[in-house]
Amino acid sequence: MKKYRALFRIRFINALQYRAAAVAGMTTQFAWGFMEIFAFAAFYRVSRAAFPMTFSQTVSYIWMQQAFLALFMMWFWENDIADAVVSGGIAYEMVRPLDLYSRWFCQVAANRLARALLRCAPILIVAFLVPEPYRMSLPPDLTQLFLFLLSTALSLGVVVSFSLLIYISLFYMLSPMGVRIIVAVFSDFLAGAIVPLPFFPESLRALVEMLPFAAMQNMPLRIYSGNIAGADAWQGIALQLFWLAALLLAGRFAMDRALKKVIVQGG
Amino acid sequence: MITLQNICKTFRVAKRQAGFGHAVKALFSREYELVHALQDVSFRIYDGEMVGYIGPNGAGKSTTIKIMCGILTPDSGVCDVDGRTPWRERVAHVREIGVVFGQRSQLWWDVPIIDSFELIRDIYKVENRLFQNTLDELAALLDLGEILKTPARSLSHGQRMRCEIAASLLHQPKTLFLDEPTIGLDATAKIAFRQFIKKLNAEHGTTVILTTHDMQDIEALTGRILLIGNGRILLDGSLADLKKHASESKTLIVEYVGAMPALCDGMTLSEAKEGRIVVTVDPSALSVSDAIIRLAAQTELLDVSVSGASSEEMVAALYKEYRI
Amino acid sequence: MRLYLKFFSLHLKSQMQYKTSFFLTALGQFLGAFTSFLGIYFMFMRFHTLEDFSFGQALLCFAVILMAYTMAEMLGRGFDLFPQMLGNGEFDRALVRPMNIVFQVLAAKMDFSRFGRLMQAILVFCYAIPNSGVVWTGDKILTLCLMVTCGSLVFFGLFLVYAAFSFFTVEGLEFMNVFTDGGREFGRYPFSVYGKNILRFLTFVIPLALFQYYPLLYLLDREQSVLYMLLPLVALLFLLPCYAFFRLGLRRYKSTGS
Repeated sequence: MKKYRALFRIRFINALQYRAAAVAGMTTQFAWGFMEIFAFAAFYRVSRAAFPMTFSQTVSYIWMQQAFLALFMMWFWENDIADAVVSGGIAYEMVRPLDLYSRWFCQVAANRLARALLRCAPILIVAFLVPEPYRMSLPPDLTQLFLFLLSTALSLGVVVSFSLLIYISLFYMLSPMGVRIIVAVFSDFLAGAIVPLPFFPESLRALVEMLPFAAMQNMPLRIYSGNIAGADAWQGIALQLFWLAALLLAGRFAMDRALKKVIVQGG
Repeated sequence: MITLQNICKTFRVAKRQAGFGHAVKALFSREYELVHALQDVSFRIYDGEMVGYIGPNGAGKSTTIKIMCGILTPDSGVCDVDGRTPWRERVAHVREIGVVFGQRSQLWWDVPIIDSFELIRDIYKVENRLFQNTLDELAALLDLGEILKTPARSLSHGQRMRCEIAASLLHQPKTLFLDEPTIGLDATAKIAFRQFIKKLNAEHGTTVILTTHDMQDIEALTGRILLIGNGRILLDGSLADLKKHASESKTLIVEYVGAMPALCDGMTLSEAKEGRIVVTVDPSALSVSDAIIRLAAQTELLDVSVSGASSEEMVAALYKEYRI
Repeated sequence: MRLYLKFFSLHLKSQMQYKTSFFLTALGQFLGAFTSFLGIYFMFMRFHTLEDFSFGQALLCFAVILMAYTMAEMLGRGFDLFPQMLGNGEFDRALVRPMNIVFQVLAAKMDFSRFGRLMQAILVFCYAIPNSGVVWTGDKILTLCLMVTCGSLVFFGLFLVYAAFSFFTVEGLEFMNVFTDGGREFGRYPFSVYGKNILRFLTFVIPLALFQYYPLLYLLDREQSVLYMLLPLVALLFLLPCYAFFRLGLRRYKSTGS
């Protein structure tokens, strides 16, 4: 456990070094959040009846999304891991006394968490201070807050294990860059990064909500905003658990296969 | 002719300290320190000279080269290359110089070398026939032949370096700047490189300014050495001058049987193994023969060899002497 | 110009060395733009109109912005990758070449895989042009052309500013994405839907609305004045301060070397 903590610390310090980047990132996300909300507000003015969430739920959804962007978005990419896989440098990783899958998992999770924690506070503070109706609201009650935290942790797990699966798949792929863009584009869209899932057409939505992508940002953001509550939330968390387990198993299996291939072929 | 007069250059560098607390603190305020990269640097290089520019990392070598190439503007001082001030007349200036950065490439990675060369021809607006002649000459001297049709990514480091040098000479510059050109080259490639540069200098009278950490480059190529440290020119002279200047310590390699001999004043131990020691002797305090007698008195010597300092050691000693 | 074409062909040659990667990346670019399109489609399926713009009219905006941005990015990618160029010393090489610096940076990188996104823009144009309710006369066609080309140049100006900033800092560059990526993403709807203040900002400070919202009004016959048709040209004034800023950055680089 100690070595994982050390790993985590290093990542965190690393992220802290880039203060201007953090400020710029927050400004960007802040402006981005506002623009998104304005766009939804324009549609809200067209027809309240057709709006599938309440407006304040949508606002909360967008602010939380911007605040925890680094936690959820698939397009954040760990270059050193991808490079290690593509270049065959992974062979050197194997001499270290750590389980490689856990190490990578830790590294990706730590990086995402460090970036998110560093950036979320100012965004959240401002989001709580801006005038109504653009102000972010608190979750309806404590249970909901607890469910949100639980769901966020699971969501991070799903995102990380899914991205690890992609890194490992680079072993068998010809173009890391192409694969990366295609996968990121699809998973972010299906996770509700561009349009929240409730805005999807009904028939499509039923299908999309079963996919692993729905276990990513979709779940915690909607639980926070109160769009999913009570038994539905527990059900959603069960779905997240299921996908997390499935992705972890698949990832470990794929990793073993890939490492065997490295040993046999010598990289 | 290149003239530098009282060139000064100062940089402001952010301090960074290790540790979590400092990282958090640096979020809010950052300390800066001033680095005097060049202080009153003056020298003159005549047409057709070959000059070795040496000094430890961070001494100001690259800064000087960058100023002479027009990449950097100094804080004060005069720099004049064939009547031009590099940073004021960039385009006119760079047309007349060639630059090789040893660790960076100017070749296109994925297309045949000849395509890169033809692009350079167009950039420098070299007339076609002249280009062809130059290329033929360079190809013969540097043994490029088939290499020209190969993309840079499939060449070895040595082959690529030869192409880099050719690329910098296609427009027949009067002055050639070589910034650590031999880094990472194997022995054969280094020798071939030195021969080529010598020939270039002899036949075309090209002025060559070379920075390097490899003293053999200097020994083989340059009649003149500029030593820079902490932003100042410490020595401007020939290799022989440098040798005179460097402390003339001798190294004794002694093999013995029995107990290790004790050392006296004027001797310093630089290496000790079972049955073998390496001792540096300072001739001003103790003569070499005395040193051997002292050692022989204490133990049975099997073999003794004496050597003067190599140029590498000399430079290291010089750096030490000037505390740079 | 001949030299530019030379660079162009070398870049094409280089990128064709990795065909699989090239086409997969292009496909990724296409899909990225396609999900944006899907987002618009889903919203209009549900709401049918936005302010008083129809689906086809919003798509016209989307296609204009997408095409303008993509063309600027394809040819001006050198400025997008400029921080790396500074970092690895490639820029020093540019400084020892007897050529205009802006030209060299421009020619240093071209990314043709962006044609995936260009394809998306063209497809959307194919749908939007007949379905936007615009009566296409000569002046309307000219307006549309102006919107795309001038838009492309304005985005190019933004890239120039981005590059200029990287002379001063390597870290804080992300905020420029609000204008570049943000302009592309939020330009999918007419800029008026974001409210008066945003529209004002995008008119007078970063003139994205000058080649998107106002000429759109002209296309839809909501404004008759020729001025609305020519506003994209006015937007080009934006390039002047952008260039001046880049020169300023360059001067600083030459004095600090970093």
